[in-house]
Amino acid sequence: MTSPAGRGTTSRARHGRDIAVVAFAQTRHSRRTDEMSEVEMLMPVLHQVLSRTGLRTGDIGFTCSGSSDYLAGRAFSFTMALDGVGAWPPISESHVEMDGAWALYEAWVKLLTGQSDTALVYAYGKSSPGELRDVLTRQLDPYYTAPLWPDSVALAALQAQALIDAGETDEPELAGVAARSRRDAAANPHAQLQGEVPRGRHLVRPLRVSDCPPIGDGAAAVVLAAGERARELCERPAWIRGMDHRIEAHGLGVRDLTRSPSTRLAAEHAGLFERPVDTAELHAPFTSQELVLRRSLDLDARVRVNPSGGALAANPVMAAGLIRIGEAASRIHSGDSDRALAHATSGPCLQHNLVAVLEGEPHAG
Amino acid sequence: MPAEPVAVVGIGQTKHVAARRDVSIAGLVREAARRALDDAELSWADIDAVVIGKAPDFFEGVMMPELYLADALGAVGKPMLRVHTAGSVGGSTALVAANLVAARVHATVLTLAFEKQSESNAMWGLSLPVPFQQPLLAGAGGFFAPHVRAYMRRTGAPATVGSLVAYKDRRNALKNPYAHLHEHDITLAKVQASPMLWDPIRYSETCPSSDGACAMVLTGRAGAARSPRPPAWVHGGAMRSEPTMFAGKDFVSPQAGKDCAADVYRQAGVSDPRREIDAVEMYVPFSWYEPMWLENLGFAADGEGWKLTESGVTELDGDLPVNPSGGVLSTNPIGASGMIRFAEAALQVRGQAGEHQVDGARKALGHAYGGGAQFFAMWLVGAEPPTT
Repeated sequence: MTSPAGRGTTSRARHGRDIAVVAFAQTRHSRRTDEMSEVEMLMPVLHQVLSRTGLRTGDIGFTCSGSSDYLAGRAFSFTMALDGVGAWPPISESHVEMDGAWALYEAWVKLLTGQSDTALVYAYGKSSPGELRDVLTRQLDPYYTAPLWPDSVALAALQAQALIDAGETDEPELAGVAARSRRDAAANPHAQLQGEVPRGRHLVRPLRVSDCPPIGDGAAAVVLAAGERARELCERPAWIRGMDHRIEAHGLGVRDLTRSPSTRLAAEHAGLFERPVDTAELHAPFTSQELVLRRSLDLDARVRVNPSGGALAANPVMAAGLIRIGEAASRIHSGDSDRALAHATSGPCLQHNLVAVLEGEPHAG
Repeated sequence: MPAEPVAVVGIGQTKHVAARRDVSIAGLVREAARRALDDAELSWADIDAVVIGKAPDFFEGVMMPELYLADALGAVGKPMLRVHTAGSVGGSTALVAANLVAARVHATVLTLAFEKQSESNAMWGLSLPVPFQQPLLAGAGGFFAPHVRAYMRRTGAPATVGSLVAYKDRRNALKNPYAHLHEHDITLAKVQASPMLWDPIRYSETCPSSDGACAMVLTGRAGAARSPRPPAWVHGGAMRSEPTMFAGKDFVSPQAGKDCAADVYRQAGVSDPRREIDAVEMYVPFSWYEPMWLENLGFAADGEGWKLTESGVTELDGDLPVNPSGGVLSTNPIGASGMIRFAEAALQVRGQAGEHQVDGARKALGHAYGGGAQFFAMWLVGAEPPTT
């Protein structure tokens, strides 16, 4: 294995400060959590991630979260989560109406400025109270597309069909992605869908039930720390060597759905191609999207893709992207990975993509 | 390595009105962005990233509208971040954008906030029933009126103070071509005779519901050196949050507001805000919040804020002008209102505020708050680059 030490120097030159994921926690994701409010779902995760570092709310320099009012069905839903954080005395805090991966991005930038040394990032989403496929149509152009209510599975199916038409994949390959993901998820105690999952009927042709993510509720939290603080809080910090995100045009008709140029661009800016990664956690809710991402990122068979089972095993909307970063970091913490890629997506057919490159320092001896 | 100093080199607003039926949401935001770029004499290609903010998505009925607005804001192929911190969001959005420059992640960032409230009914949008919680009264006024009454009882302020604020802000708005309300025939007697909505808040002491957008171009030292007009320099910026409700919460003067101001003053090296700050754009959606925030932000001792208002100190020609633009009382596209405060503070120190310019303004504070008086965002901008 090549020593990553030299890379650290490069990264420092790029961003001025070394920042790492030092702790990660997530719920056991499930189809429904009727008995719990968002705050009650989030609380145990916050306690876990803090106890793993020995930090208390008051020790955290900056807090940032990601969630969506449209899932909660009420305006300002994120304000309730603050009660769970325990924002007293007052805290330095912000919120993105995006997946928590972007909350982590905002916190990373905050730490880069030198204004804080630690950050708490969390995200949560309960998809169970509404009809997720209908809710997500509200993300579309409100004048031309949303009035037609094209649902999220139908749009993903358009993308899958474009891939098949281009001769880039076929249904058996998609089935292989589904089977591998759920098989790997068997070792993930947080997964919602594990083991043998029948292919099922075509939900929207060419996508079968097993090509689609489970719908469910969940939350996740991450602690970031800078420099020496990270080494104090974690035996093997997952250093963020680069992170970037890019958005594409909104209109599906102007995009080549078989490629993800925004993922590629974000990966270039994050320094992904400087050196191979051994692990990739891709936020691909649909089997076909994993193939688009693999090709855009030049991931070959040597890269372990989605050892957690990925979004096909659990896809709590608004938290699933943050979970990819947390899962990648956890494998560095445990020594299973030395250099990992984490990816998050937002919008229809992979419109907006974030890439983070994480590294562990070389093992002693 | 010290952080990169951040400069505001471009500012653009739409003419705020009750309903912009002539443009789509995309058309509205693009208008403000285009004006900010023109002010900076930059093109879309000069922008490295876009940071957008707005209040709840339900106001327009579009979930995560940054996805749909990527094209209109020239963000395709660039990073685009969407901030939402309730009413303070316009301020928070500007601070997130400033951090991208300060951290040297990007050289030049476009930041924008908007609300197109005519797409829905904001008052009822803010009155959603929440299961297992006591219902709030109709609209934000119902929530804040008891805290105003608490302020009046605590300080013994005369009942007329609120009307003085409204009369001042509505007259200031006449000097601001972008302000929503232009009430040319406004008189103090008319304010005081307007209908009581949420005792003690009268109709004329309440913010309007507006369609509007505000944009700024932020850049570092190199970008500022190329700026065609004087930049405004960020001397300090901070956010603070506290829970909505808890035993011991001071709704009249929340601790989070005090802490946020103290952090900004510390960064900016300001020890006496009353003497050192030349103009304030503060978030006053209901008239009485001017004296309340004057105390919370350290411009007046506890119980003394209303005296500044009453004696004319906060008038445009007073020695601490507050809301020379006409403020939230004259213009309120909710998600943009915080950024308008930040941008108007920057206009003052750039000497670009036109008819509502405060003579010789060198340092100005932009302030925003939101939620149940629990989210705060502020920045202090100056005509000179920061020394530290």
